[in-house]
Amino acid sequence: MKFAKGCVVGLCASVALVGIATGASAQTSACLITKTDTNPFFVKMKEGAVAKANELGIKLNTYAGKIDGDVESQVAAVESCMAAGAKGILITPSDSRALAPVVEKARAAGALVIALDTPFEPADTADATFATDNFKAGEMIGEWAKARMGDKAADAKIAFLDLNASQVSVDYLRDQGFMKGFGIDVKDAKKIGDEDDPRIVGHDVTNGNEEGGRKAMENLLQKDPGVDLVYTINEPAAAGAYEALKAVGLENQATIVSIDGGCPGVQNVKEGIIGATSMQFPLLMASKGVEAIAAFAKDGTKPQNSEGLDFYNTGVTLITDHPVDGIDSISSDEGLKQCWG
Amino acid sequence: MTDMTQTAPPRGQSFEHDLEKSDRTVAAFERTKRGPLGTIQHGLHGNPTLVPVIVLGLSIAAFGLIAGGKFFSAFNLTLIMQQVSIIGILAAAQSLIILTAGIDLSVAAIMVLMSVIAGNLAVYMGVPAPVALLVAFAGGTGAGLMNGFLVTKVKLPPFITTLGTWSIFYALNLWLSGAQSIRSQDIDKAAPLLKFFGNTIAIGNARVTYGSILMIVVFLALWFLLNKTAWGRHVYAVGDDKEAAELAGIRTDRTLLSVYGLAGLVCAIAAWASIGRVGSISPQAYYEANLHSITAVVIGGISLFGGRGSILGALFGALIVGVFQSGLRLADVDVLWQVFAIGWLIIIAVAIDQWIRKVSA
Repeated sequence: MKFAKGCVVGLCASVALVGIATGASAQTSACLITKTDTNPFFVKMKEGAVAKANELGIKLNTYAGKIDGDVESQVAAVESCMAAGAKGILITPSDSRALAPVVEKARAAGALVIALDTPFEPADTADATFATDNFKAGEMIGEWAKARMGDKAADAKIAFLDLNASQVSVDYLRDQGFMKGFGIDVKDAKKIGDEDDPRIVGHDVTNGNEEGGRKAMENLLQKDPGVDLVYTINEPAAAGAYEALKAVGLENQATIVSIDGGCPGVQNVKEGIIGATSMQFPLLMASKGVEAIAAFAKDGTKPQNSEGLDFYNTGVTLITDHPVDGIDSISSDEGLKQCWG
Repeated sequence: MTDMTQTAPPRGQSFEHDLEKSDRTVAAFERTKRGPLGTIQHGLHGNPTLVPVIVLGLSIAAFGLIAGGKFFSAFNLTLIMQQVSIIGILAAAQSLIILTAGIDLSVAAIMVLMSVIAGNLAVYMGVPAPVALLVAFAGGTGAGLMNGFLVTKVKLPPFITTLGTWSIFYALNLWLSGAQSIRSQDIDKAAPLLKFFGNTIAIGNARVTYGSILMIVVFLALWFLLNKTAWGRHVYAVGDDKEAAELAGIRTDRTLLSVYGLAGLVCAIAAWASIGRVGSISPQAYYEANLHSITAVVIGGISLFGGRGSILGALFGALIVGVFQSGLRLADVDVLWQVFAIGWLIIIAVAIDQWIRKVSA
């Protein structure tokens, strides 16, 4: 009896195995690896990827790090994808350099690797990059802030609320882009903090969330209570910065600019908490990425970069209710229709 | 009777007379002569909170000299209090567990989960704010009791238990919040009570938030419970030597369970305070706050081996970290060197603890 039962179980198992095997050969499989599954940006990215994968009949596995900067989880995820024989891997690298070796292994094993949102260093570590032009996104809010401040821009006091101590590419691209847009000499465009413009009050890190944004703003106000312009890496950090300013009654003294285009952030533009924000399009990155994998699986074509860039630009739009001459922007009401998360 | 007093015979028996000539000092340990270092070691053994108090005083003085008036102002010193208030309250909860020779990796996850629960109920579901907070308090206590149950009944080590529940509570937090922050302005509209501890009392340039006061009240209340009640003595006894405590008639499992439950409640109180501190309810904030709370406890001179240290030490530990961060920043030191400095603080604090433990009678 026991023996017979064992046989039945064994039979079932082998039938199931055959089932999986045939399923896998019939269907292209792909992976999406995001930095976290907490940030609504990546949640939206996942939505876009899943919807497109279903449409094209691709089997999509999704993975994520625990926090921004969690390299180990992402390395493990790439290895799992290779083990599963994925035809393509979409990844938002938590560390632009640290993930390069494992990505090279995946490419050598025949997978198409596409970086989403955050480029690798060097960018050609991956087959392609589908991203927001983060430097451009920073530049746009920098230009807007300069125009909005007018003559006062010459002696502005600017607080920089960056991401974290490791200075990943998205961090310095946005920060340095803002500086260029505002007219600050960035020196080394890959390094935050080597500038000597007297208008810079200081830099502090936020980890991209409200708590960090508040603390960083408090610290920089300690250095100089006259801060009148605040650059923030993303909108949650901006919301935290606003709380810190409000706590000391300085919310009307300083203009906050940000980058992202999340719905709570755009709502904050509408309510005058954030002066302007650069909106990016995560859903588009993901759906384009899945399409590229489908094309690669079909006949081996690889995606092309946008002209003059080392990545495929998925676009940035400036959202503000105080448009200035010479800079294209849309209103917060328009923005709310396109926002993510 | 009268005869006897007249003859006045020697009182007692004869051997007692011989005793008179013997050494009459009470039995005592032999006192070897201690050097100055030994005296310090002994002093610290008796008053484990002394080290963090001295370090706090010295670091405030040092940064006052280095960073000047910007650091040593009423505004900045009260700002440091605000900035450490949440980690401080979590460190109070952490101290309770560490005093029982355990460790709790789930404190911050409980806190964030409870803030998300309170926020969802009050802001999105229209539940009155006091009810939402009560649910969060009950939830925090329940989460703590779950840890306690796993430790006492299922006999899992506290580290493993809370390593597991940390992930569990974090996942629930993401599920309930949809990974989305609840905006400050939406909380103001629907349930301003949630931000109660963000209110500020201004005394001159000092800005004392209700949250800072809450932190101190939590510490004093727990200090009273630990030092002035039988329950508190039991907690120390269980932490020092569980078997001995059991032999002495203490119901150790019940004590441990109550400690975990109370720690969970304190985390839920921290959740309320954190909404006032951050402004919004962020499912992503405080991800590493569990480690920061352990840092505060360790720097505060509470022994990781249980049973020794004052809970007030954790308060000073949290303040030391805050003072270092603020001072180094105002002295324009890069963030990574702040992290470096805190790392050394931890190692030095534990090394001192080990040295004090070696004290010879």
